[in-house]
Amino acid sequence: MKNSETEVLDKQNKAASLTPPTLRLENISKSFQATRALDSVSIDVMPGEVHGLLGTNGSGKSTLIKVLAGFHAPDAGGRMQFNGQDVSLPLKPSDFRRLGMSFVHQNLGLVPSLTVLENLRLAQIALAAKGMINWRREKAAAHETLERYGVHIESWRRVDELSAVNRALLAIVRAFEEIREGSEITGKPGLVLLDEPTPFLPKEGVEKLFDLVRRIKAHGSSVIFISHDIEEVMQITDRVTVLRDGRVSGQIDTRDATHEKMVEMIIGRKLERSADPQTLLTEKKPTFASIRGLQGHGIPPCDIDIGKGEILGMTGLIGSGYDKIPYLVFGANSADGGSIALPGAEPMDISAMTPKKAIKNNFALLPGDRAEQSGVGSISIFENMLLPDIEKYFSHGFLSNRSMKKEAFRLGQEYEVRPNDPGLSLGALSGGNAQKVLIARWMKRQPMLLLLDEPTQGVDVGTRDNIFKALKLAASKGMSIVCASTDAEQLAEICDRVLVFARGRIVEEITGGDVSKDNITEACYGSVEAVENIIHPQASQKTQS
Amino acid sequence: MTETDKAASTATGPKTNYLRIFERFALILVWLLLIAGFSIAMPVSFFNWGNFSILFASYAPAALLALAIIVPLTAGDYDLSVGATLTVSSCLIGVLNAWYDVPIVACIIIAIGAGVFIGLFHSLFIVYFRIPSLVVTLGSTSLMTGIVQWMTNSSTIGGIDNALIMAVVGGRFLNVPYVFYYALIAMIVMWYIFDFTPLGRRLLFVGRGREVARLNGISVDKMRVGALITSAVVASIGGVMYAGILGSADPYSGLNYLLPAFAAAFLGSTTILPGRFNPLGAVVAVYFLGTGITGLTMLGIPLWVTNVFNGGALILAVTISQLTRGREVTDIG
Repeated sequence: MKNSETEVLDKQNKAASLTPPTLRLENISKSFQATRALDSVSIDVMPGEVHGLLGTNGSGKSTLIKVLAGFHAPDAGGRMQFNGQDVSLPLKPSDFRRLGMSFVHQNLGLVPSLTVLENLRLAQIALAAKGMINWRREKAAAHETLERYGVHIESWRRVDELSAVNRALLAIVRAFEEIREGSEITGKPGLVLLDEPTPFLPKEGVEKLFDLVRRIKAHGSSVIFISHDIEEVMQITDRVTVLRDGRVSGQIDTRDATHEKMVEMIIGRKLERSADPQTLLTEKKPTFASIRGLQGHGIPPCDIDIGKGEILGMTGLIGSGYDKIPYLVFGANSADGGSIALPGAEPMDISAMTPKKAIKNNFALLPGDRAEQSGVGSISIFENMLLPDIEKYFSHGFLSNRSMKKEAFRLGQEYEVRPNDPGLSLGALSGGNAQKVLIARWMKRQPMLLLLDEPTQGVDVGTRDNIFKALKLAASKGMSIVCASTDAEQLAEICDRVLVFARGRIVEEITGGDVSKDNITEACYGSVEAVENIIHPQASQKTQS
Repeated sequence: MTETDKAASTATGPKTNYLRIFERFALILVWLLLIAGFSIAMPVSFFNWGNFSILFASYAPAALLALAIIVPLTAGDYDLSVGATLTVSSCLIGVLNAWYDVPIVACIIIAIGAGVFIGLFHSLFIVYFRIPSLVVTLGSTSLMTGIVQWMTNSSTIGGIDNALIMAVVGGRFLNVPYVFYYALIAMIVMWYIFDFTPLGRRLLFVGRGREVARLNGISVDKMRVGALITSAVVASIGGVMYAGILGSADPYSGLNYLLPAFAAAFLGSTTILPGRFNPLGAVVAVYFLGTGITGLTMLGIPLWVTNVFNGGALILAVTISQLTRGREVTDIG
């Protein structure tokens, strides 16, 4: 028995040594100053294998992708082999085509205003541009390519006319075509990395995408599949590597894995499904705003109550819709319906909300996209800081720059903006300091409802603590705060209550003493299953049994 | 860390301030040098007050156009049609007053009303249908030029009411015709709005960050419509002035003001308040360019040089203004 087992293992090893892995990473580390984002990560991706890569935000997953894509040079000591040959790191743009490596990032990298044909054959057309382009031949080639992968898209359509699913399929076909051509030359398999291709796709779309992935796999090429959705990873991958805190926390054959096992590897402890949802009777805060039937931008009608002086967290996996709520409530994105009732007032129609109206009602929104939505880099700090209040500095027919600068300086001291020179342009500040300016803008107004989206993104730790302190202080004085974030640790630190979203719905509410990093992360990963139970109770029971 | 930051900021503080002050007045300095140069070359014909008073008066419509342009430019839209709008306005006055005997005051009201209409027309396409302003105003330039040709039979119309001519160039203060002071008044009003009212500040945010402005409660669309109407109205006031200066309505020459006015708008944004389109800078720049053209013409340089000078000045001005702005613009993140 034992003998035969070792024999089998030997055979396997022999086979493995005969066919080298398509991609072998050995001891890849990456440090950013003091923090070690990747710590001796080793991964083998075999030919014809769909290899899942899992991990929470901050697990080192995106750093690893960036190393593979050549954005980051890893620390010395790491090694990479492609089809058994050493490759020098960091990778250069010219390496990918030569090796047969291709990436499909979440934004897909298509040109929306060009046709399917042009997007598909762009590289070939650009490279082989000798003389005239034979469009008829190109069209036939594109058609043949799409058919080969079982993708039925008319090649003359503009990409922006395609559905989300077809766009994703097109991007993937293009990536596979790139490596197929490479592997025809080298005679060796290629590798495609799919970085979160599914969160914005409907369920049938995901199926189509998986069909495509299986076809590619049959060609002998390898796929690295990155997703937060454990169900999808279970469905499509052969093997999974899980990263946690920059290290490989586990590698497992998918057929040996269960959903629970994977969550355990991701969050680093056992999943406690049995624990009944105990409702801790913490002092319930009186409701400040009642939102009823809010819908739009992929959010089905939902009800949310926000307590007075409460910090309410909203989270979920990418594409779950948790981050839409602040924008809908503020009227930054228009909602399809819903109402918001404030104490002592008639409920307001949220679909008729505008930022102007919201500000009048003493709401405030700090968007996640600082440069595009929050502040203007080429305008001075004081003007950015006092923009919504600018009327207050207009007296006797003159706007007083001096009193504005004075007030901005005072606020700059309070929020520790460095350097505290209100006349500088906002763009001269670091990301963290710019965020302080923009937080000060809204906090100064003492809004009744403060809506935040990723308030500490790209902000250093010290600044983060200051922002949290300010938020907690404001909440203790009665400000209601909604904070949308994917950072479970931060939410655990500041929130009284956290709502977890999946597919646009609230699937779990974590309150009081249960608000912890692990509980939030767990709820996020458990949430897809939970929402299946809500939407199709029978179907999901079937799959479970 | 903090201490060094502070030290660094105090150390570099005064140095940048000198540079800033120099930058603010650099254009004025260059202007004075230009005047000095031409004066040395032509001590009699160039360096006399009569020459300057003509210069001041004849470039007043261009100054008004430069002022008109910077309003939508600040709000992030181009208005290439100000030259054509000026022509429409002056020809309306010519046709209605000289051919149809409409009283001059009514003519002026109609001309300015036409400005409002042109602004609304632009807004419909630019703000409502979201067509790029460059395309819309380029198209409307040709559209209006055609209408003017139809309206005037492509001929210059003389015989405009003397009252207008008297009001524009008849009276003089310090030997400079009134029209120059009208332009100065427009400049001061605009300076006040740009620099000393919340409206001006909001306009700036609308131009530099539409989404930021909207999320801070500014009605972006209304501001853009307002800017486009203001620009067309100011341009049509320029047309009234132009009719007064010439005493007639010329269906073609108004377009010649467009290039110097645009060049001045950008050149003006490198001075007084560097990095921002500003009324003082725009007017200074108009007269800087006007001085250059006048001086060169008096030196007997052929006509084509004017075009080369205007075109070259526009490209150079935009480049310099981009460099002044670019130094300040860095992404926030």
